[in-house]
Amino acid sequence: MSTISAAERVSPRWQLSSRGYERLINLASPISLLLLWELAAQFGLIDTRFFPAPSTILRKLFALVHSGELLRHTLTSLERLFWGVVLGGLPALVLGLFMGLNRLLRAIIEPLIAAIYPIPKSSIVPLALLVFGLGESSKIFMVAVGVFFPVVINTTTGVCEINKIYVDVGKNFEASRWNTFCTIALPGALPFIMTGIRLGIGMGLVLIAVAEMIGAKSGLGFMIWNAWETFSVEKMYVGLFVIAMIGVTLTLLLQELERILIPWRAT
Amino acid sequence: MSKRAVVARAESQELRCKPAIRIHKLAKQFGSLIVLDTLSIDVMPGEFFVIVGPSGCGKTTLLRILAGLDSASSGKVEIAVSASDRPLNRMIFQGESIFPWMTVWDNAAYGLRMRGAPTAHIKEIVGHYLDRTGLTRFAKAYPHQLSGGMKQRVSIARAFANDPQILLMDEPFSALDAQNKVQLQEELLRIWEEDRKTVVFITHSVEEAVLLADRIMVMTVQPGKVKAIVPVPIARPRDFIELQRTSAYGELVHRIWSSLRQEVLHARDQSG
Repeated sequence: MSTISAAERVSPRWQLSSRGYERLINLASPISLLLLWELAAQFGLIDTRFFPAPSTILRKLFALVHSGELLRHTLTSLERLFWGVVLGGLPALVLGLFMGLNRLLRAIIEPLIAAIYPIPKSSIVPLALLVFGLGESSKIFMVAVGVFFPVVINTTTGVCEINKIYVDVGKNFEASRWNTFCTIALPGALPFIMTGIRLGIGMGLVLIAVAEMIGAKSGLGFMIWNAWETFSVEKMYVGLFVIAMIGVTLTLLLQELERILIPWRAT
Repeated sequence: MSKRAVVARAESQELRCKPAIRIHKLAKQFGSLIVLDTLSIDVMPGEFFVIVGPSGCGKTTLLRILAGLDSASSGKVEIAVSASDRPLNRMIFQGESIFPWMTVWDNAAYGLRMRGAPTAHIKEIVGHYLDRTGLTRFAKAYPHQLSGGMKQRVSIARAFANDPQILLMDEPFSALDAQNKVQLQEELLRIWEEDRKTVVFITHSVEEAVLLADRIMVMTVQPGKVKAIVPVPIARPRDFIELQRTSAYGELVHRIWSSLRQEVLHARDQSG
């Protein structure tokens, strides 16, 4: 057997040094902004009635954590978000895979999605309240709607974008329908599916806040709305901050999950 | 014991006189365009059969029909079956056909897994062919970490590991640079010589055809027909570098080029 030439050696996946450098900048930019904000508030350059200093907001945050109020609202919102993602995401994933594989199904469903997708999701909150009432289900429904569309659209695209040669290989190597599904359609579409889930969770986070502002007595959206009604500006900012943190944390978790689920992607 | 040996001989004797692939009056039309026109050819067992023709002569269509990926408009293809548990054919595709989401090992094991082969068997066979293609060290690597030549080696290992009745190869080396190409051609022949499966190999390179083939079929352009069948009486194993100095090689290349020239010009006029 001949030896393998230098050009065929496995190349390193990424360079640690440049990644570490990027991470540093990623951290430095929001911290700098907060510092600027703090200084501007301290020196009276901005109106602290509307833009309280980050340190004041932080104090409020500690107070709300201490009283247990913040944790209660956060957990309520997270629970609704979780069920919305599951109940909207899973059917979207399955439907998307089938739509990608089946032209007829695609022809039937695609125009429906194209018609419904552009409706601003927040405008169907009243409809959700009408149908599901003021309980948990109307909030979960709103998140599910937000998650459903990006996931179904991206999954369909992901399956359609799979190079036709892989389907030919499956056929030539006698892969059954089930195996074609598991070894070609699903892994081939996975990068698109993960993008869909990420977009969906972002949309779900927006919608849970909106839904809780209108028809709820708990959750972060309710807390923010309630703070506006009682003119507790710091509390409002605490709510916004926690929602932002949830968003950042979920994005990071999903990125990690992607790295584990999609080890073949050249980064 | 002795009885089995007789059966085996009877089988192999029968196989020797019967063609491995019999293509009979095969035709393929796409709408009004005739791609293949009443093409008849027999490929013998253990033969390395190379089809040469300019682009657009329908050679890929012919191979896809043999692979069961396309259907013929008329005519038929018969593939002799020696053992029913072996798959009929496996294809080495043009370009990148190994799954990016599987490791080298999983790619090479794909066909065996799809056929539900026992794990121990998969381990032995895949191990053997990864060794033969020099990929053992890269078993856990993903395709994006490999060069073009290495990816095609995985494709070769994947096809051979399935032990098909016939092997189909669709310009497997066309995307490689000249040096990699020679290396892979030699490796392919070395692996093929282990058990000499029947091969149908497509190329547009005359030199590649002469280096690899037992017989070469030159095809006409639109509609694709048999223009000439040229036997290659060069002994195996072949040393590609040495071979290129011999007059037999030069004469064959010249003969096939002369036969092809007209078709290449014809194809150029059509596409222009």
